[in-house]
Amino acid sequence: MAINLKNLPEDEIFYGAKTCQGCGGLMACRMVMKVIGPKSCIAIPAGCMSATTTVYPQSSLFVNNTVTAFPGLASTIAGMSVGGEVMGWDEDTTYVAFGGDGGTVDIGIQALSGAAERNDNILYVCYDNDAYMNTGNQKSGSTPEYAWSTTTPTGPCSKGAKNKYRKSLIEIVAAHRVPYAATASIAFPMDLLRKVEKAKQYRGCRVLHIMSPCPTGWGYDPSKTVELAKLAVETGMWWLGEYENGEFRLTYKPKKLHESTEAYFKGQRRFRHLQPEDIAEIDRNRDNEWKRLKRVFNINE
Amino acid sequence: MSKDFLSANEAAAYGVLLSRPKVVSAYPITPQTTLVEKLADFLAQGKGHFKYMMVESEHSAMAAALGVSMMGARVFTATSSQGLLYMCEMLHYVSGARHPIVMVDANRSTATPWNIYGDQRDVYAMRDAGWIMLFAESGQEALDTVIQAYRIAEDPTVMTPVMVNLDGFTLTHTYDLVDIPDQELVDKYLPPLNTTNKMDPNDPKTLCMTVGPDFHSEGRYLQQKAFENAAEVIVKADKEYAALTGRSYGGMIEEYRCEDAELVLVATGSVAGTTRIVVDGLRAQGKKVGLVKVRCYRPFPKAYFAGLENRFKGVGVIDRSISFGFDGTLFSEVKSAMYGSGAKVQDYVVGLGGRDIPKELIAQMFEKIEKRVEGVQEDEVQFLGMRW
Repeated sequence: MAINLKNLPEDEIFYGAKTCQGCGGLMACRMVMKVIGPKSCIAIPAGCMSATTTVYPQSSLFVNNTVTAFPGLASTIAGMSVGGEVMGWDEDTTYVAFGGDGGTVDIGIQALSGAAERNDNILYVCYDNDAYMNTGNQKSGSTPEYAWSTTTPTGPCSKGAKNKYRKSLIEIVAAHRVPYAATASIAFPMDLLRKVEKAKQYRGCRVLHIMSPCPTGWGYDPSKTVELAKLAVETGMWWLGEYENGEFRLTYKPKKLHESTEAYFKGQRRFRHLQPEDIAEIDRNRDNEWKRLKRVFNINE
Repeated sequence: MSKDFLSANEAAAYGVLLSRPKVVSAYPITPQTTLVEKLADFLAQGKGHFKYMMVESEHSAMAAALGVSMMGARVFTATSSQGLLYMCEMLHYVSGARHPIVMVDANRSTATPWNIYGDQRDVYAMRDAGWIMLFAESGQEALDTVIQAYRIAEDPTVMTPVMVNLDGFTLTHTYDLVDIPDQELVDKYLPPLNTTNKMDPNDPKTLCMTVGPDFHSEGRYLQQKAFENAAEVIVKADKEYAALTGRSYGGMIEEYRCEDAELVLVATGSVAGTTRIVVDGLRAQGKKVGLVKVRCYRPFPKAYFAGLENRFKGVGVIDRSISFGFDGTLFSEVKSAMYGSGAKVQDYVVGLGGRDIPKELIAQMFEKIEKRVEGVQEDEVQFLGMRW
């Protein structure tokens, strides 16, 4: 039966984590595990999600789990998957990795590429909060242009062309011909849950890339996490789509693609230095990126 | 039992096959390559019953091995030099979380200067990674030590990974006649891995857990205790292996013609073989010389060296690695363990980056120690066999 809000299990697998209030990453992990369920093993690298869930002698994860090193996340979970197979674990066990954007698109990308090429039987989830947040907000390969971070202080560093395009993880993994990959957002739970459900049914290397705002790093009121994540999608600063059977598909049509992105940037401390001309530049880049995306998604308008 | 003409890499591969790992995850690197190729051959010939993860790097080789081990399955990997350095981070993950992985390291120098040949810079750079470190002298010992390594690593009082070291090329690519024990015999010696340190579908666990200052020292203390236990388990594992196969390597230390010796050389790995021949030659000339082979570098046979006291007049160490700004790596351990002894202890740094260590050079070491014992002042640490 397809997942819906009525039949969503009450059980929590991520419960009691010591994250900041309004943590988007935790919402992503929690929702993924709602669908994956208890028949699973989890690996998390040494970042926010392990520091806030499993510090001896406490754990807020209710399935088998481990901490591992950043560059070895995908290979650790791949090893667990092969280990489970040779030890006779049930075939419908899901082996889930939760990495942040830094752990995934930067330091962890080699291992992920290896696992994707071997098509190891894993579900790799990247909760993307736009920077290295556990170490206090340094730029990652997924940091949007113009964003302030501690390594891109306001000024030339945050306004240069050095990080014009964040890495497009889904296109990178799609180039490995993985069976299933999708982007999602914590502000679109049904879209997200259905993608997890779909991913769960496939075997092989599945990848989810989930936009997950970070109130501490981005500098906004923690009650606005969902609101901001929604604005990111509506203004076209993030998109919801999937890659399946070798085809890309957009799963949600943004409503504010023809409006300025300004509404999204308002209220975020990391963007408060933006001048009208900066917003205009971001809008132009957004428009160009969507021209490209429409070709990727084969959308004719 | 069967006999075959094998390189030490191939012999080690037979040791792996007989140990029945459920998974091998490996990345090729010279001079380890022929070992992982042999394992692939076993699979191709239908001999091996393991999954082979052909990972994209050494870091992933060890990360995947950790993942496998966390599920409670026996796993093997092998590497060398740069590959060992690259997986260094994962070595600590594995040992700290007490996963009994066995790895062969084909000892090779580390870049730069880039060099694919043998010395022991790679393994000694990993000294404090929390791995038991054994050295083999021959192809036969390579095969036997891999099997023993699983026994040691998986002992409930040890639960610590083991690195089996084979000198690059000098040993890994040298062919010799090797006895391959019967599978039934090895099965008697090495039961399937039985551990509670694994994930369990009915009793979920957190492994490789984060541990803050409040409990951290206790975990490290337990690792130190495990190494103390290992010192006994290594000897026991060797004795029990001897009872089954007739082959023993002395556990942590092997003495060769040391009974009445006045001068001895301390060596690890393949150079011990050459040293035996030199000892025999000098003995024939009436010289009271011997060899002390260090088979186990971690845990270090501290009690043995401390117990020597004034038994030998002169002790020379053959070092294939140096800790710049201090001593040859093995020497500093031997000297430290011999603290208080009246013996003259000298260090000879040789065989770097694959340079040959001929018999004449070893004979020269004995001459030098003899002179030192007679009172000739010499530098404590010397590079020998140099161009200048």
